[in-house]
Amino acid sequence: MALLEIENLSVEFPTQGGIMRAVDGVSLSLDEGEVLGVVGESGSGKSVTMLAVMGLIPFPGRVKADRLAFNGRDLLTMSEKERRQLTGKDVAMIFQEPTTSLNPSFTIGFQLAETLRLHEGMDRKAARRRSIELLEQVGIPSAESRLSAFPHQLSGGMNQRVMIAMAIACNPKLLIADEPTTALDVTIQAQILDLLMTLQKERNMALVMITHNMGVVAETARRVMVMYAGQIMEERSAGDLFASPQHPYTAALLAALPERSEGSTRLATIPGVVPGLYDRPKGCLFSPRCAYATEHSRNVRPELRPWAGGKIRCHYPLGDPNRNAEIQADHPVGAEAAS
Amino acid sequence: MLRFILTRVSLVIPTFIGITLLAFFLIRLVPGDPIETLAGERGIDPARHEQLRKEYGFDKPVLVQYGIYLGRVLQGDLGKSMITQEPVLSEFSALFPATIELALCAILFALLIGLPAGILAAIRRNSIFDHGVMGISLTGYSMPIFWWGLILILVFSVQLDLTPVSGRIDVLYYIEPVTGFLLIDTLLSDEEGAFWSAVKHLILPTIVLGTVPLAVIARMTRSAMLEVLGEDYIRTAKAKGLSRFRVVALHALRNALIPVVTVIGLQIGVLFTGAILTETIFSWPGVGKWLIDAIFRRDYPVLQGGALLLGVVVMGVNLLVDLTYGLINPRIRHNR
Repeated sequence: MALLEIENLSVEFPTQGGIMRAVDGVSLSLDEGEVLGVVGESGSGKSVTMLAVMGLIPFPGRVKADRLAFNGRDLLTMSEKERRQLTGKDVAMIFQEPTTSLNPSFTIGFQLAETLRLHEGMDRKAARRRSIELLEQVGIPSAESRLSAFPHQLSGGMNQRVMIAMAIACNPKLLIADEPTTALDVTIQAQILDLLMTLQKERNMALVMITHNMGVVAETARRVMVMYAGQIMEERSAGDLFASPQHPYTAALLAALPERSEGSTRLATIPGVVPGLYDRPKGCLFSPRCAYATEHSRNVRPELRPWAGGKIRCHYPLGDPNRNAEIQADHPVGAEAAS
Repeated sequence: MLRFILTRVSLVIPTFIGITLLAFFLIRLVPGDPIETLAGERGIDPARHEQLRKEYGFDKPVLVQYGIYLGRVLQGDLGKSMITQEPVLSEFSALFPATIELALCAILFALLIGLPAGILAAIRRNSIFDHGVMGISLTGYSMPIFWWGLILILVFSVQLDLTPVSGRIDVLYYIEPVTGFLLIDTLLSDEEGAFWSAVKHLILPTIVLGTVPLAVIARMTRSAMLEVLGEDYIRTAKAKGLSRFRVVALHALRNALIPVVTVIGLQIGVLFTGAILTETIFSWPGVGKWLIDAIFRRDYPVLQGGALLLGVVVMGVNLLVDLTYGLINPRIRHNR
């Protein structure tokens, strides 16, 4: 049985202009100790998917799913109280901005101990001892004296270490890291990633790494899920994905990496922007920006289907030997056809 | 922290001089001769008038008068009332507890209702409750104090006969002032029913004086809460699995209180202004009514001294609020 099972998850936010669908039919299963990378542009729904797992979708957002289960327990039917006993204990999350994610009015020690006292029922003394241990584990020097520090007295990197210490305090089975390194200096980024990977291995903890940095994914994840406009576009093992991307979107993302543009004078880009509430295409969501779009793909939305050892949501996977013929038959309209 | 206190205290000096300037010159801009007012309707013989002017020093140029006044103030001498011949300071300290009692009750009333109302309005944003609270507080904020006081007297005292019309306590009680606060003094005395009488007399003035601060606190709490509830650390608190109550009452409120405390500090000054009107409406024997009477009598020493003492109290309270601010906001505490 998988640790985390998600089937057909949707998250909707009612707005004045209509219903905004931030996550659209995401299915996912994650095993114990597995590391999953979730990549996509801003607004692709990668964070919202994981916030839904945590039960942190703010009002008036609505979460719908055929199944949303953790460790065999149905998250959709359990009471709010039961859910709170899980979140922060078995499922924990760290966020993008460590400094604003910690409460400025409370000491590091208070915020760490709070989790321990809530979920582990520790008394003040035991929580303090454990807090010092945890701070040492995440590599914070002179841990004991840091307990009385406030977040504004620590650097961003230190604060992210504190966030990690808080997240792993109750030995979670799943840790969700939402762009944990985006707000940090490059040198600190590597340290934080190392720390996360070490902790993951030591504790055999499942880890979901949300990022828009392909480099981070390459360094950490065994399996990668590429999201676009709230949908999964492609999902496969990290090695295969980097070696031979199957979805044109994945290929375009990889082509935009600076290290892959060596020799050319201009960095490859993906023209256009992610569709919003009003311009959501009828067919494939990526079709307005896709170089290989056809009349068919603009009108018929592709299903997520098994392909080459993973899954893909595309009419014309890049590895398909017949794709050129199929594209020609379906009246190409993309950039490729124009050139 | 010490430097912070010293900086704040040194700022008090120009404010102090400003208050003496205003108190001294504003009253002299008002037409009306204090000695003629003193003499009453029968008038005064010109020779006696001249003699009294000399006695009070009104014959000297205004700037010289101000210099003499300032010199005396710096020696702690606020002068004597022209009417009662009592020292201004002793009159003030005899009346001030009544004003403090009323002001404290009013701010307590405003806090006890304003804070929860603001918090609930923020949590139930855009609900009927939220719109109701915001609408009522806008009304409360816009209402002239004297009109509101008269309406309450008309309804609760005259029509429903629930509360007394004026004063601090029924005339049949005599309470020896110990602390000056009637609520405490009546409890200390063995006069039966005196405490309830004092409470009953406090109700309407408290509501009248507390309405504006209540409205301001409710609105400020709501907007501060709304801002804080959208912060990242609230998401973190929820991600820890904390209860809704703990997230709101501890993690959010602690941060939302920072701007609210500032507003409360600013309201203290407003409160004394309101107290002057409220005390006049309810014949509350405090410094507000004393000052209003002094205006009608052109009692210059009382006006100057009273305004100065009230100003000092307001400055003191604001200093206190600024220090509290450092207590609840660690970012300020450590930067100084």
